[in-house]
Amino acid sequence: MMPFIGVIHMDRIYLDNNATTVVDPLVKQAMEPFWLQSYGNPNSLHDFGTETHPAMSIAFDRIYAGIGASDDDDVVINSCASEGNNTVLKGVWADSILNGGKKRMITSQVEHPSVANTLDWLERQGVEVIRLAPDGDGRITVDTLADGFDPDVTALVSIMWANNETGLINPVGELASFCREKGVLFHTDAVQAVGKIPVDLQNVPADFLTFSAHKFHGPKGIGGLFIRKGHALTPLLHGGEQMGGLRAGTVNVAFLVGMGLAMEMAVDALKFEDTRVRSLRDKLEDAILALPDTIVIGKREYRTPNTILASFKGIEGEAFLWDLNQLGLAASTGSACSSESLEADATLRAMVSDADLAHTAVRFSLSRFTTEEEIDAAAAAVEKTVSRLRAISSTY
Amino acid sequence: MAKGDLVGGSLWQNYSNKVAERMNHPRFLGEISEDEALSLGAKLVVADHGAESCGDAVRLYWAVDEQSGKIVRAKFKSFGCGTAIASSDMMAELCVGKTVDEAMGITNLEVERALRDNPDVPAVPPQKMHCSLMAYDAIKAAAATYKGIDVKALEEAEIVCECARVTLSTIKEVIRLNDLKTVEEITAYTKAGAFCKSCLHPGGHEKRKWYLADILAETRAEMEGEAAAVEVPFSELALFKKFKAVERVLDAEIRPMLHQDGGDVEVEDFRMDGDVPVATISYKGACLGCISATVGTLGFIENILKDKLDPAFCVEVG
Repeated sequence: MMPFIGVIHMDRIYLDNNATTVVDPLVKQAMEPFWLQSYGNPNSLHDFGTETHPAMSIAFDRIYAGIGASDDDDVVINSCASEGNNTVLKGVWADSILNGGKKRMITSQVEHPSVANTLDWLERQGVEVIRLAPDGDGRITVDTLADGFDPDVTALVSIMWANNETGLINPVGELASFCREKGVLFHTDAVQAVGKIPVDLQNVPADFLTFSAHKFHGPKGIGGLFIRKGHALTPLLHGGEQMGGLRAGTVNVAFLVGMGLAMEMAVDALKFEDTRVRSLRDKLEDAILALPDTIVIGKREYRTPNTILASFKGIEGEAFLWDLNQLGLAASTGSACSSESLEADATLRAMVSDADLAHTAVRFSLSRFTTEEEIDAAAAAVEKTVSRLRAISSTY
Repeated sequence: MAKGDLVGGSLWQNYSNKVAERMNHPRFLGEISEDEALSLGAKLVVADHGAESCGDAVRLYWAVDEQSGKIVRAKFKSFGCGTAIASSDMMAELCVGKTVDEAMGITNLEVERALRDNPDVPAVPPQKMHCSLMAYDAIKAAAATYKGIDVKALEEAEIVCECARVTLSTIKEVIRLNDLKTVEEITAYTKAGAFCKSCLHPGGHEKRKWYLADILAETRAEMEGEAAAVEVPFSELALFKKFKAVERVLDAEIRPMLHQDGGDVEVEDFRMDGDVPVATISYKGACLGCISATVGTLGFIENILKDKLDPAFCVEVG
């Protein structure tokens, strides 16, 4: 299966697909008619508006099918997963804490900032926030969640499906079922899961789920919020009656159409992701581990098939990225030195017991567009970088 | 926050070419062996600063001529980001040819300035300044090793930030040298407060003896007190001293800007009109005939004199 053609690579290699992905050329093509021809506001009565509806319906069909939503559920189209996560957390705060008898929200220590920082803010508004530490495998299990769980005071449990830094997959099916049994709402940030591993809400009784198109070869600036049938959720954006009043703002039809096709293609490619992308990832991972004093965080069987978070003894993460960039390879680091705040990424701090590792971790994330030639070139670039920077290092 | 902050994420674009060049090709990278030092007739000094767990570590090698006390060769190795490697390299270069005591006078600022392409544009963005500070600490560690004393003897042992091991004296020194005005700037320069944040303000993760907010307020007050102590208020100066004060402000604040455009200004007359100081000026060079000289520039000069000397200050063109 090689449906992934037409992307211009030039002389650089992109292994930062957990940050964002290239738009699939077919997705770009599908969006074309909605800039210059069918550019009407879908809420208008005239033909310019209504002629967008068939394409929007197809997009919704593809999105619902892609995540296993039922027709009675809502998938609210919004701008990104950060918006979706804010909507869930602040909506549940309004509905169940300000206007209900609950007081607590439970999350993990390794959430994306759009969950972690929103909960920090809610904590300052008086919400009791519990942040669960991952277990020895780096995951949040039902045992961890069940410890001291009090359904009477807990408004919401929010645990990500897969982690952006490590790719570690949480057992969200079990977590969601546990919450369902206890009568507590469950949200999962599925940004790093959709398009990488099967996401089926028929089997996972989550109440809320959030995702973003640009992580699976759709456009940036559009995402979705799944709300299971029967749940009300106070909106973040008040205004017009779009999305049944759940999210005001004119829908970006082109982006919605793009997200629909991107979702369908990503779900179709899951087998490819699990075989070909996984084997390329494993090839790069084996090459990294063949170098002395390197480790990879998390067991392979618990990770999304595209992600490697590797630590290279004696080399600071940002310096590593610098050298890779000079060699035309894009990767990522959660190292303290690379961030505005000089703080290591939360995932790294929570995951990595050895403080040294928090400064030496580099993330490589593949996509279905990654080729074997690129992986071979990446392995060579990593080896070259390791040898140059270890020669400079005072700690190696 | 402003327009310039909205694009974001351009850490590396704010590195000078010199920083990039020295990251890619450090010139003083390496080690000095006992034998090499011996062949130079010098004493070998090796000092470490930082640790991998802190995110930065540097090892500095000096070959010191014991007769002259001069550092005849310097090398480094570094665990750190591009800025850390580039500033370690520049720091090693600046050490060569200096005595140990002279080298101790090399500050992080000097290292950073030496890395600038343009004297007016910082070599690294503010949050990367702490990396050049590390080069400075490495010199202190090497000097202590050379002198056979504990590095603590060279600095106050009062640790304010345990996570980053930043001392009270370092924080006060950095505030003074860089004229820092906010706690965030202290964190950007020293890493103090960047980790557990306990030392930022009271009420954090753990109770601390010192807080950055208090140290900043105290040091700023000291700085202002010192500035005030040396300056008699303008209104109490005799006329000649008032005139000298006007000239000092022109030299420090106004002429450098006019010189950039090929212009200049001279004071033709200075008098007190009751309580109002009045300066009559004339323009030179490119300022002559410049349209803004009689309007914008005049207002600019007057505003600076009002701000620096006397709110009533009046400037007219002769």
